[in-house]
Amino acid sequence: MNRSSRHLPHLGGYLGALSVATAALMAIALSLVFFYAPLDAEQGFLQKIFYLHVPLAIVSLSGFVIAALLAIMHLRTGEARWDMRSYVAIHMSLIFAVATLITGSIWARGSWGHWWVWSEPTLVSFLIVFLLYATYQPLRFAIEDPERQSRYASVFAITAGAFVPMNFIAVRLASAYLHPRVLGSTSNLPPQMAFTFVVSLIAIALLFATLCSCELTAKRARMQLRALRRAAEARAGEGEDALAPARRPRSAAPSLQGAGTLAAGAPRGGA
Amino acid sequence: MRRTVAALLRKELLIELRSWQSVPAMCLFALTTFVVFHFALNRSSVDGDEAAGILWVTLLFAAILGVNRLFVADAEEGGFDGFLLAPVDRGALLLAKALALLCYLIALELVAVPAFALLLLGPTLGGSLPQLILVLALGDLGVAVIGTLVAALAVRTRARDLLGPLLALPLFVPIVIAGARASAPLLALGGGSAAARWLATLALYDLLFGLLAYALFDFLLDD
Repeated sequence: MNRSSRHLPHLGGYLGALSVATAALMAIALSLVFFYAPLDAEQGFLQKIFYLHVPLAIVSLSGFVIAALLAIMHLRTGEARWDMRSYVAIHMSLIFAVATLITGSIWARGSWGHWWVWSEPTLVSFLIVFLLYATYQPLRFAIEDPERQSRYASVFAITAGAFVPMNFIAVRLASAYLHPRVLGSTSNLPPQMAFTFVVSLIAIALLFATLCSCELTAKRARMQLRALRRAAEARAGEGEDALAPARRPRSAAPSLQGAGTLAAGAPRGGA
Repeated sequence: MRRTVAALLRKELLIELRSWQSVPAMCLFALTTFVVFHFALNRSSVDGDEAAGILWVTLLFAAILGVNRLFVADAEEGGFDGFLLAPVDRGALLLAKALALLCYLIALELVAVPAFALLLLGPTLGGSLPQLILVLALGDLGVAVIGTLVAALAVRTRARDLLGPLLALPLFVPIVIAGARASAPLLALGGGSAAARWLATLALYDLLFGLLAYALFDFLLDD
C-alpha cells in the first residue's frame, strides 16, 4: 500500500500544480489573444485563430517526434514504461492533430472561402501525417501478444516520427505557394503579436504535458488497482474464482508487465 | 551477408516461380485498373498530369497486392522460425525481401507500362522512355523498402490485409508526389524532361527509408 500511494500523485502533488499552472496560463494566453494582441490589418478578427491553430500544430508535431524518441528508448531498454509514454504522447498528439485540422479548416474557410485548400502545403502534410498516425491504434489492437505489441508499436512510432519531417519537405516542394503570410516566422510579426503567440504556445504545450500526465497517472492507477485486486482475490481463496477469469484489459493501451497483470494467469495469455 | 541475401532471394524467386502467387495477380490488377480508369474518366487517351497520376496510382495499388503477400508464407509456414534459427545477419532477410519485391515490381512494370502506352497514353513513349525508366526505378526502390517494412509490421497482426495498405499508403505519398511530378512532363504531349529536384527527392527518400528500415527491421523479428 505504501508503495502504491508513493507512485500515485494526488491532486496536491505535481499533477495538481501542473494543472493549476496550465489553467492559469491558458487564461492569460486567451486574455492576451482577445484584449492585448492587435487586430490583423488584412484579416481582422479571424486572424486570432492563429494563436490557437499554430501552437496546436507545433505541439502536436513535436508530440509525434517526442513519441518517436520515447519509442527509441523503449527499443533500447526494453522497459514497458517507455512504450506507455510513447503511446500516451501519440494518443494526445492525435487529439491535438484533429483540433489542428479543424481550426485550420475554419481558418481556410474564413480567409479563402473554402473548407479545404490543397495549395496549403502545411495543412495537406498535416492530413497525411494524421492519416498515418490514425493507424497506430488499429495496429496495436490487432496484435495479441503484449510484448510484441509494444515492440511493433515502437517500430511504427519511430518510422512515423521520421516520416513527419520528410513528408513536410516533400509536400512543401510540391506546392507552388509558400505558407500564408502570418506564419513565415515570428520575427516579422509585430512584437505584441509575437509575445501573445509565444505565451499561447507555452500554454498549449503545458496543456499537452498536463493531459499526458493525467493519462499516464490514470493508467498507472488502473494497473495498480488491477494488481491489488488480483492479490486480494488470490488471498481470498483459490477455490472460488468467480471474478478472476478474463479480467484482461479491453484496450490496446500498453500495460506494465511488472505490475503483475500477466503473472496472475489470465487464461488466454497471448499466442 | 551477400551469400545469405543471394540464397534468400533465390528462395523467394523460386517460390514465386513455382506458385505464381504475386506477379500475375499484380499484372492482372494493373490491366483491369486501366480499363476501370478508361470508363471512370470516360477518356480514351490521357497525357501529362493525368497520365502520370493514373500510372502511379495503378502501380502503387498493384504493388500493395505484392506487399500484402510478401511475408504471408513465412508467417504461416514457419519461415520466420527457420530464418531465426540460422546464424546469419537478420538484415539479410530485409534485403532479400526488398530485392524480391523489387523484382516483382519490375516484372509488373514490364507488363503494365507497355499496356498503359497501348491502352490509354496519348503521346508515344519514344525519347522519354529512358527517363521514365529512371523515375520508375527510383520509385520502385522506395516502394520496395517501405513495402517490406510495412509488410513485416502488418503480417503478424490479426487484420494484416487491412493494415498493410493503411500503413503503406501514407508512407507512399512522398513517392507519389515526386514520381508523378517527375513523370508528368515525360508523358505530356509536347514531351519534356524530368526535373532533377524530383529525382533527387525520390533518391533521398529511398536512402532515408532504407537506412530506417535497416535499423528497425531487427526488432520485428526478435522473438
